[in-house]
Amino acid sequence: MDWSTVIDSLPGYAEPLLVTIQVTVMASALALVVAFALGLATSSKHLVVRTPARAFVELIRGSSVVVQLFWFAYAMPILLGIQFNFQILVGVIALALNYGAYSSEVVRGAIAAVPKGQLEAATALNFTTFQKMRLVVLPQAWPEMIPSLCSFAIMLLKASALVSMIGIADITFWADTLGGRPGQSPLPHLTVILVIYFVLAWLIWTGMRWLENKAKQSVGVAKPRKLKADPNADALGGVVEKSSTTQRRGGVK
Amino acid sequence: MLSPTTDTDPIIRFDRVNKSFGDLDVLKGLSFEIGAGERVTLIGPSGSGKTTILRLLMTLELVTPVKDPDDNGGVIWVEGKPYSHMEKGGKLHVASERYLRQRRQKVGMVFQQFNLFPNMKVLRNVTEAQVHTLKRSKEEAESKARELLDLVGLSDKVDNYPNQLSGGQQQRVAIARALAMDPDILLLDEVTSALDPELVADVLGVLRDVADTTNITMLIVTHEMGFARDVSNRVMMFDQGVIVEEDTPDKIFSDPQEVRTQDFLRAVLAE
Repeated sequence: MDWSTVIDSLPGYAEPLLVTIQVTVMASALALVVAFALGLATSSKHLVVRTPARAFVELIRGSSVVVQLFWFAYAMPILLGIQFNFQILVGVIALALNYGAYSSEVVRGAIAAVPKGQLEAATALNFTTFQKMRLVVLPQAWPEMIPSLCSFAIMLLKASALVSMIGIADITFWADTLGGRPGQSPLPHLTVILVIYFVLAWLIWTGMRWLENKAKQSVGVAKPRKLKADPNADALGGVVEKSSTTQRRGGVK
Repeated sequence: MLSPTTDTDPIIRFDRVNKSFGDLDVLKGLSFEIGAGERVTLIGPSGSGKTTILRLLMTLELVTPVKDPDDNGGVIWVEGKPYSHMEKGGKLHVASERYLRQRRQKVGMVFQQFNLFPNMKVLRNVTEAQVHTLKRSKEEAESKARELLDLVGLSDKVDNYPNQLSGGQQQRVAIARALAMDPDILLLDEVTSALDPELVADVLGVLRDVADTTNITMLIVTHEMGFARDVSNRVMMFDQGVIVEEDTPDKIFSDPQEVRTQDFLRAVLAE
């Protein structure tokens, strides 16, 4: 194996790496929008909203992402006359719809897991349906969604390799091209992209951990070091109760 | 026929109200009236329909519709106007969500499980609905919230999240949150049942203060008989969705007439 050739070829990975990052970031962002739209729609109590959303989710989940990718790239332009100017958009949309449909179940599940009492309290305070969702349900459901959404984001990164099949020059496409040249072995190039995918996945994972921690702080489940600023915060339960009881008696007099 | 609104109307009137869950009839043609400013305690074994009455008043449950409610009842009236139903073309129809939203504004509820919003700090728990549903300014809502949190003895906890408070403290915040909406009617659903015994007294102390210093109509479901005796003007004993007996707390607790009331009180007091 000629590693010096591989090392020499590394700068050439910069542009394909940017393509992989672009596809992953754009598809993840769009997938999140799709996930929330479908997750909210499948949580709806109105059948006319719920049924088409459910059907769409099942259709997407029940078919192969590779087939969808080819369908968007080659069948849709013929059948519907829709032609995207940039092939990268085809890859982004196909991946976003696929992972958005899967992730919508995470959104739906997290919404369903918010205790019923929270909605009842929101009704007692006369919030509208929209206010209940925006102020009460989604802020509580969001931290629950993050770990699963993180897994889907990493899966989407890895699935982004499939866009090489419709001619998008991402790192997989590039490794395949370089490794297929006469006198070259594909193995070192595949090893390079293996490391790149791993590093990218690790970055996503680290970012999501940070996001999860931030989200948990927003529902009061902060790490102990965050609580040190509040001298009473470590004295939970009955201990706090006793001190404030004394104060209440003083205050009401 | 629709009842005309007069000053002498009771604040709450149940007119032959039915409520079923599937095959289970919880309330069967229940009728009673509650005057403005009255404090009424509902007692009775579990499954007797007490909590259902509060949930119907909070519109968390809807009455089971009856054919031709103008003649056959099945309607809850609040402040002299239909509450579970609305008038349309001179007739009563089951209320729409929009109508319920407009009418439930003056009703507040404190829950057994507190149901504070864990994603909001204590102050925001008490201000959020004032801002969003009463359209008060943020400053006005905060001032009101601080005043009420002071009343419940938690002015030093405004920046804590609910899960940093004990159950008793959470329930006191929930009381402040309900009072911040200036309700005419306050529903208290077993507000001390989820608390450790040593925390019950503080919550009841706050409610006694509220009862002493306001004229809010209160409907209380509780197993705290001492509290019921102190605070309420009237006690209603329920069993299987009907009122078995009702009277002043003194009469009910010292000289209950019905066997079912006697049995229930004996069982509760023996706990």
